[in-house]
Amino acid sequence: MSDTVKKEKSMILQKEMIGGLFKELGNTKESGKKVVYTFVPGNLSELIRSFDMLPVYPEINALQSGMRKMSGDYIKEAEKWGHSEDVCTYVKCDIGMMLKGNIGPTGEKIPDPDLLLLSYTGCFTFLKWFENLEHLYPGVPVALIHTPYQENGEITAEMTDYMVKQLKNDVIPKMEKVSGQKFNPDKLKTILQHSADTEDLIAKIFDTTKNVPSPIDAYFAGVYYIGPINIGFRGTPEATEYYKELYKEILERVRLGLGPVTPEGEMEEEKYRLVVEGPPNWTSFREFWKLFYDMGAVIVSSSYTRVGGVYKNGFRHAPERLLESLSEYCMGCYTNLNLNQRGDLLGEEIQEYKADGFLVNSIKSCNSFSAGQLLIMRTLEDKLEVPVGFIESDLVDPRYFSYSNIKNRLESFFQMLEQRKIMVD
Amino acid sequence: MPNLKELADKCENLAFDLNFTEAKSWKAKDSKRVVIGYMPVYFPREIIHAVNGLAVGILGGGDRKQIVVGDAYYQSYICHIPRGIIEMALSGHFTGFDGFVFPSICDVIRNLSGMFQMSKIGQFAKYMDFPQDFNPEIGGKFYIQEMDSVLSKIKEINGVELTVENLNRSIGLYNKNRKLIERIYDIRQAYPWRLSAVDTYHIIRAGMVIPVEEHNEILEQVIEEISKEIGDPMDKIKVVVTGAFCEQPPVSLIRTIELAGCYVVDDDFMLGSRWLQTQVDNTTDNPKLALSDAYLNYSAFSSSVYDVGNPKSKRLIELVKRRKADGIIFAAPSFCDPALLDKPIYNQECDKAGIRYINFQYHENIGQFKVIKEQVGAFSDSIKLWYVEA
Ligand code: SF4
Ligand code: SF4
Repeated sequence: MSDTVKKEKSMILQKEMIGGLFKELGNTKESGKKVVYTFVPGNLSELIRSFDMLPVYPEINALQSGMRKMSGDYIKEAEKWGHSEDVCTYVKCDIGMMLKGNIGPTGEKIPDPDLLLLSYTGCFTFLKWFENLEHLYPGVPVALIHTPYQENGEITAEMTDYMVKQLKNDVIPKMEKVSGQKFNPDKLKTILQHSADTEDLIAKIFDTTKNVPSPIDAYFAGVYYIGPINIGFRGTPEATEYYKELYKEILERVRLGLGPVTPEGEMEEEKYRLVVEGPPNWTSFREFWKLFYDMGAVIVSSSYTRVGGVYKNGFRHAPERLLESLSEYCMGCYTNLNLNQRGDLLGEEIQEYKADGFLVNSIKSCNSFSAGQLLIMRTLEDKLEVPVGFIESDLVDPRYFSYSNIKNRLESFFQMLEQRKIMVD
Repeated sequence: MPNLKELADKCENLAFDLNFTEAKSWKAKDSKRVVIGYMPVYFPREIIHAVNGLAVGILGGGDRKQIVVGDAYYQSYICHIPRGIIEMALSGHFTGFDGFVFPSICDVIRNLSGMFQMSKIGQFAKYMDFPQDFNPEIGGKFYIQEMDSVLSKIKEINGVELTVENLNRSIGLYNKNRKLIERIYDIRQAYPWRLSAVDTYHIIRAGMVIPVEEHNEILEQVIEEISKEIGDPMDKIKVVVTGAFCEQPPVSLIRTIELAGCYVVDDDFMLGSRWLQTQVDNTTDNPKLALSDAYLNYSAFSSSVYDVGNPKSKRLIELVKRRKADGIIFAAPSFCDPALLDKPIYNQECDKAGIRYINFQYHENIGQFKVIKEQVGAFSDSIKLWYVEA
């Protein structure tokens, strides 16, 4: 493995974008910009931007607190406030951070919300999370949009109609009131065009893992790649520029036959190609990643990078179908798919990206992901005869990351993959 | 007429017959009958009744079903009820059930619907998405579509078409059922010693597995019995138990609460049976709309439904006052996000309102109650003492 990681242009662009957003958030008193708290899955960032408001994603704050090793204290703070040890730690981390002054990742205070946009897609805990925030920020208006679940594996016209009506009747009027601006469909159209361009690029980027060796790691590096769209930049020219640059860099890696870049440099030998289901652990993200690249394991596809939208199946925001398209986007996010759809998607990827194994990282916090994962895993094992592995951790609670446990399990999994390779060869 | 003990015993047997013998023999009498299992919390059973069906509440195996394979389906940090339900499904308890409905209360129940679909259990496994939008033109319309979706699945099985007349009749029967249950709660509020919380639990739970007509008869008999001056009051405090709307506490836990010095004057154990806090109009040309309006406007408060400007904590405090209770026991299943994420808000609002409470967690098959007994006992004593001091 080469020992230096040179900063690619895309990394610099991403850093600038995110830094700029937090700066703007720190500056709302002067700029008068309104702030909307909302969630990543099924996010309506285009709509927020069309009203010139700024988004805050409590989940992103939580994951960044995890990476900055601050989540443990925040979680304890929320537990002191009355939360149980058993519940989703994203919620507790966010509430703890808020109780400790709401200082964001760049050291600046994140402003209080002017609107709580509860677009709850694929997770009931979002409802509870915002009920807690409503209690903590009394008087802040809440706009709720109920995203019907794809229980039948499809999005029907009635489901879309239900969402569009909610947007028209509740969400848009509340945004108009909070922002003081009228809804501007033309402006939204332009934004959605940018979204579609970005989504095209994202789909292409994650498809480059078809190459052997894969030029990227679609899980550990993938979470950085989805950063800009998940933090509210979807629909901006900056995001399009970022993804163009990123795609260009990745194509260059393909041309040169290079494997993924890791925190310790380029990975030289791709030994195992994996598909991973479930979010990563953030508190020990680097150690966790290292366990994989040290063994020559590359993640060629991960479900987690689809929580903020599934673009692989062709979905694109469509400027000509403004609100319908926003609705269909919400309903198409990964955790809003039923278990059969999730299993099918993972199965296709195992085959398409020629994975040697399938791994579940089961997250203690997240019932939305975790409940049913074991059945998906066994079904894929039976159907595709693919070796499967299972590890457990948590998103941001350091108490639930057991390095030795995970290492042991991964070692057995990799041994299994090795034996299998020998048998197949 | 059977006496109270006989009625309670009968109901206990019905409630905990995990083979659902009564429902299955009801179905066997007519080839066009269907039995539809539904998970907690609420489901409009009226629509099933109106198309020749029996909606049977599935509340897990409790402490009566040993988990052998269920644990292989669920990680240790997921609540207990779904593993009990999967265990029951895989060991044939639901054989003869035609379909299953999974109301949208949390991600665990939602994904359980997918597990039923993947494992092809029953002829259908329908995840029923209840609206969180309470506008009749929006959420109401969506809710009716969801009801229609269940009805079309049943029609595919038994060919029975819903009629206005039948649905109105079914609504009438469930109206009566809710009214009788409320009557029992009202009597118990004034005279809690006349019917224990455990017997009440069995009596209400039995209604989830037998035809509503039969349950109404039982309830009428119970009311007749408890309207008499029976039993002797004891020096106990009155409590409301909340948080137990899905995974059920073992009966021994309810008994422990009583033995430790509490009368349970309200609870959310069988909240689904009491969900609509109104009499639904059963004289209209559009009874589905009546059911939908009742859901949108008269639902019980629950952790599974968003607040929409009518905070649950406020409604809980109102309930405590209405029941003249001395305190609240928050008893939530371990790992239950919906119930547990409400806890701090409930606790803080109770503090503000000067209402005393305790919190504990359980799972459906716990066997040790010593700690809970001590905790509840201390709670009861502290309230009694507080009154003496006051
Ligand atoms: S349960 Fe999962 S999806 Fe929901 S808020 Fe927690 S981590 Fe996010
Ligand atoms: S006990 Fe709670 S978490 Fe478990 S299925 Fe019921 S509502 Fe969901």
